[in-house]
Amino acid sequence: MTGVLAFIGRQTLGLLRYASGLYDLTAKTAYWTFVAPFKGRGLKWGSAVHQMVLAGFNALPIVSLISFSVGLVLAFQGAYQLEKFGAGYFVAALVGVSMTRELGPLITAIVVAGRSGSSFAAEIGTMKVSEEIDALEAMGLNSVKYLVVPKYLAMLLMMPCLTLISDLSGILGGTVFGIYQLDQTFSMYVMATRDALVMRDISTGLVKSLVFGVIITKVGCYEGFAVSGGAEGVGRSTTSSVVVSIFLVILADLLFTALFYYTN
Amino acid sequence: MAHEFDGPMIRVVDLVTHYGERRILNHVNLEIQAGETMVILGGSGTGKSTLLRHMIRLERPTSGHIYLKNHDVCCMPEERFNLLRRKIGMLFQSAALFNSMTIEDNVALPLRELTQLEESTIRIMTRIKLDLVGLSGVEKYMPSELSGGMKKRAGLARALAMDPEILLFDEPSAGLDPITAAGIDSLILKLKQAFRITVVVVTHEMSSAFTIADRITVMHNGEVIAVGTPAEIRASDHPHVRQFLTRTPDDERKDAQAYLRSLTQSNY
Repeated sequence: MTGVLAFIGRQTLGLLRYASGLYDLTAKTAYWTFVAPFKGRGLKWGSAVHQMVLAGFNALPIVSLISFSVGLVLAFQGAYQLEKFGAGYFVAALVGVSMTRELGPLITAIVVAGRSGSSFAAEIGTMKVSEEIDALEAMGLNSVKYLVVPKYLAMLLMMPCLTLISDLSGILGGTVFGIYQLDQTFSMYVMATRDALVMRDISTGLVKSLVFGVIITKVGCYEGFAVSGGAEGVGRSTTSSVVVSIFLVILADLLFTALFYYTN
Repeated sequence: MAHEFDGPMIRVVDLVTHYGERRILNHVNLEIQAGETMVILGGSGTGKSTLLRHMIRLERPTSGHIYLKNHDVCCMPEERFNLLRRKIGMLFQSAALFNSMTIEDNVALPLRELTQLEESTIRIMTRIKLDLVGLSGVEKYMPSELSGGMKKRAGLARALAMDPEILLFDEPSAGLDPITAAGIDSLILKLKQAFRITVVVVTHEMSSAFTIADRITVMHNGEVIAVGTPAEIRASDHPHVRQFLTRTPDDERKDAQAYLRSLTQSNY
């Protein structure tokens, strides 16, 4: 019995420690991104741009390809039901609304968590193992400013952009189905999508994508800093950065979807 | 911090540190004078590297204080300590070069980030530091293209970039062949003569310790067991110091009964 209680206690403590570590990193990053530059401490724009290319631009092909496929799948599945009611016209609405509100941000987040979140963890973790983080600190350079802030800035700017691309690719997937299966023209499909979408659909998706970006950066970097014990530790942290960030992304997604639903 | 001051450059007072439950440093007291070379000698796991890491605040103590030029390292705000850190260079055991940058960029990094110098000046200073450690012509190489000894030298050039007053070495000869290790030793001696730098070296290499040291501190199980000039240490009759000097292994299995008990007993 005490063993069970001890187990629960240890797990809870571990979880709390993780949460407080994540919170601590978030607070430090926010300071070095939004406060310190105005005190004349500067920002590493060069490496932020470099990170934007790595995390944003290089993710374009895979994000748009996956979103295109998901948009197409959504159109197939939607039409399967809607055509029973002769409502094939609404496939455009279904694809447009689900991509912008939900799937665009989510697919982007999952791809980025797999591509960039893991690479953040591996990069920082390797630097930790090879004492490079210590070397930075020993020089009096802040490791959060040098390593986390550029990634954070890049993600804050790139996640909404990637999400928009994902929305568009998904809708394009639906369009292909509309043209070849529902005998719509391109402009008909686009008009139908435009009629169904309101600005709020897109904006809530973009708000979500920002939150997802923050989660992925924070979990990836935190896991990197938490690495201990050589190459094996780097591997473990890389894996858990992807698992934890996807889990947290979906939790946050649930929270925000509910919030947007009730505040509509 | 330009003003002159009296007293020791580094003063460690009653330092206690734990890793989890395990006590690493046990009431360590130590004074290192300005301009002297102090070698901290001890076996693996005696806490000598931990002590060194405390001096540049990579670890926080459980209790006790470290004073660098009379500034308390443990309680200083980050901003002010970072100013102090500029005057401390550290060479890590693995050299800790940034693997994503060339050797030149590695050495130039502290200059670029912490000073307002012109890029052309920084380049010249980088060359000078690399020359100083005997590494010219490798500016454009990546750290992975260098041998262990060259990496150590490059790490030293980076540690010297800001013209430090204190140089900390963590196991400078670890993983190097004897010739290369001797090369690093003579480099430390050269630097010590050329500049009036306070040097702290953590090592378990006795020959290296006796070559470079002004004074030696011997550590055992997280405690300082002897401090003195190389001659004093050689003459010491402390059992652990003697054991270290004569390279006698620990007595394994002193008591057969106790050994048997430890096998049958469960520890948890």
